[in-house]
Amino acid sequence: MNSILEVHELVKKYGATVAVNGISFDIKEGEIFSLLGPNGAGKTTTISVLSTLLAPTAGDAMIGGFSIRKDQLAIRRMIGVIPQELALYDDLSARENLYFWGSMYDLRGKQLKTRVDEILEQIGLTDKANQKIKSYSGGMKRRVNIGVGLLHRPRLIFMDEPTVGIDAQSRRAILDSVKSLNAQGMTVLYTTHYMEEAQELSDRVGIIDHGDLIALGTQSELTMQVGERETLVLHVGELDAPEEFVERLKILPGAEHVQRTDHEISINTPKADELLSPVVALSNELNIKLKSVDMQAPDLETVFLHLTGRALRD
Amino acid sequence: MNKILGIGWKEVKLAFRDRAGLILMLLAPMLLTLGLGLVTGSFNRSSSPVSGIPVVLVNLDRAQIGNAIVDTFASAELKDLMDPMLVSDAASARKMVDDDKAAAALIIPVGFTDSIIPNTSTGATGPLEQIELYANPTRTTSASVVKTILEGFLGQVEVGRISAETSVAALIDQGLIQPGDAAQLGAQIGMQQGVGLTANPAIALEQSTTSGSAAGFNALAYMAPGMALMFLMYTVSYGGRSILYEKQHGTLPRLMVAPLTTSQILGGKILGVYLTGVIQMLILIGASAVLFDLNWGNPLSILLVVLSAVFAAVGWGSLIVAFAKTPSQVANIGSAMMLTFGILGGSFFSVESMPGWYTILSRITPNAWGISSFSTLAAGGTLLDILPAVFALLAMGGVLFIISVVVIRRRGLFQE
Ligand SMILES: Nc1ncnc2c1ncn2[C@@H]1O[C@H](COP(=O)(O)OP(=O)(O)OP(=O)(O)O)[C@@H](O)[C@H]1O
Ligand SMILES: [Mg+2]
Repeated sequence: MNSILEVHELVKKYGATVAVNGISFDIKEGEIFSLLGPNGAGKTTTISVLSTLLAPTAGDAMIGGFSIRKDQLAIRRMIGVIPQELALYDDLSARENLYFWGSMYDLRGKQLKTRVDEILEQIGLTDKANQKIKSYSGGMKRRVNIGVGLLHRPRLIFMDEPTVGIDAQSRRAILDSVKSLNAQGMTVLYTTHYMEEAQELSDRVGIIDHGDLIALGTQSELTMQVGERETLVLHVGELDAPEEFVERLKILPGAEHVQRTDHEISINTPKADELLSPVVALSNELNIKLKSVDMQAPDLETVFLHLTGRALRD
Repeated sequence: MNKILGIGWKEVKLAFRDRAGLILMLLAPMLLTLGLGLVTGSFNRSSSPVSGIPVVLVNLDRAQIGNAIVDTFASAELKDLMDPMLVSDAASARKMVDDDKAAAALIIPVGFTDSIIPNTSTGATGPLEQIELYANPTRTTSASVVKTILEGFLGQVEVGRISAETSVAALIDQGLIQPGDAAQLGAQIGMQQGVGLTANPAIALEQSTTSGSAAGFNALAYMAPGMALMFLMYTVSYGGRSILYEKQHGTLPRLMVAPLTTSQILGGKILGVYLTGVIQMLILIGASAVLFDLNWGNPLSILLVVLSAVFAAVGWGSLIVAFAKTPSQVANIGSAMMLTFGILGGSFFSVESMPGWYTILSRITPNAWGISSFSTLAAGGTLLDILPAVFALLAMGGVLFIISVVVIRRRGLFQE
């Protein structure tokens, strides 16, 4: 398969801050590629450089054979960008916004009108198309924000955390629309810090942390890197897990990366079933009530944990 | 080009949908014109926007009417408005105007009284004599005031002579024509443009340096252009703010990743602010013409002044954007500039009465050039009279744009 996007040793610095630290990857025509990483990993910066908004500090990327350093206009015609933050005119209606942005992408006349109507239909806002954006709910605004990026039928679309801060229902709708766009032939670069989203959508995933691409491949390739590790998740009451318990868990044979959050403690281990009985014994000894215990096959979260020693979300 | 227009039009739509913006763009200047106009116009001449106008009088007539004109200009009623100086010969009076020491010179020729008042024994009047009004072309407003007062006075004389057939000299001697009345009448005449000496064929004025005719002095007529130009500065800084606002709100980055060049975006933004300013000015001019019954003068020339004044103002707006970093900085600098330029440029009181350095400094403001052009036009001036100001405004805008573009390029408005 052809690569629509090839990134070579891309670096972007903001003054002394290295936001993107020499990453390389490629995206094949027709795939959904996710960049998965925690806050501040460099996802938005990567998209900004690839979409020719910011000039790279070093390195280059080719999109459809054009260089982001030299052929910005050709690239801009080919790509669609859905920014992480809403980028709409609040005092214009959804229809006016779509008309305006469509005309910026060289659509005009009848063609523009048809596309605007199609997009309104697609994002389910035909009824409210003439209301000002500022009267919309957050989820509706997000839908318009996405619709704007689709007007000119881009070959490659960059979606930067499009589901942040919205309700479950809108999120579901957005994930489904990503899949249907992809089914229509659009190549997608999707960034997220939700492991589940990357898992559900992507053909391939790049894991990014502190500006470095620390892992790259299909989901099974990535989980293979972790080896046969599994995760044992202990659900406990908030105050029922004293430090001592965690410290004792860490020194159990076979326990790696013990991570504690409010209600759960996760233990990375090569053999979850062998670790189970010492864990239960320990909790009995310390008189700690376990609400439930899960055994999880390795997932992207495990991969991230394995590679960085930290959880994807804090 | 289509996209530049698209961005420009979007800008105009947004500007006219912003309610707070509309208040400042349209309502505030109208209310201030009315408020300040009423205050200065009806209460007290001393707080009039024009005061202490230096005028040189040469009384070669030395008879009743000539003396009465001199008395009028020196009268207590006109004390604050006029600052008359008497000289004995016409040449030195003209020189004072040429040297910008006076707004106008009034030269009352020998035999002026005789040409109007019939000789008591023969009943015949002498040959027609004309008063010469030698006006300072850089002080059109003041010269217009002088002219209006003179016309008012002469109008009284004429009325007295024709209708009552009594000796005007007697009227003046008996105090029936008060110098103050003449001034009052002058102001009234100013409001109804064009009523002037055309009605008094026997008395003619000769104007040496400017071609402005009927004077248009009244407070509203002075305030309306002043306020319009001052709030034009608000509009251009609002426009400047919008570019930084768009940067913060992500629409500018979004434009940057659309197939557009930086110049197209910048061009569209500037066009939008420019159109907004032009529309604002035209609305204000139209509304004040209708509501306050003001005559602004020749519409095409007015349009030319508007187009060039807005150009210069947008130049200042883009300079602010070039140096400011945040929308609130632009707003602050913009408000400061609006007020400074308003005061400096003569939006509140005429800069003609200020010291020379002030007048010179006022020329950096679009307000000063705009106000002088508008008052020239209102006084009946022609396209030719305002061309220098138009060129000055265009040059001002051009220079400011070049500076702004250089600074924006260097600072990189769009790159982080
Ligand atoms: N304009 C900027 N100036 C300076 N530093 C910046 C700028 N934008 C981002 N950074 C820094 O660069 C790093 C990467 O930021 P970036 O926004 O690309 O991360 P991200 O993965 O998109 O994070 P998030 O999930 O929060 O959106 C961070 O350390 C951030 O603080
Ligand atoms: Mg981001």
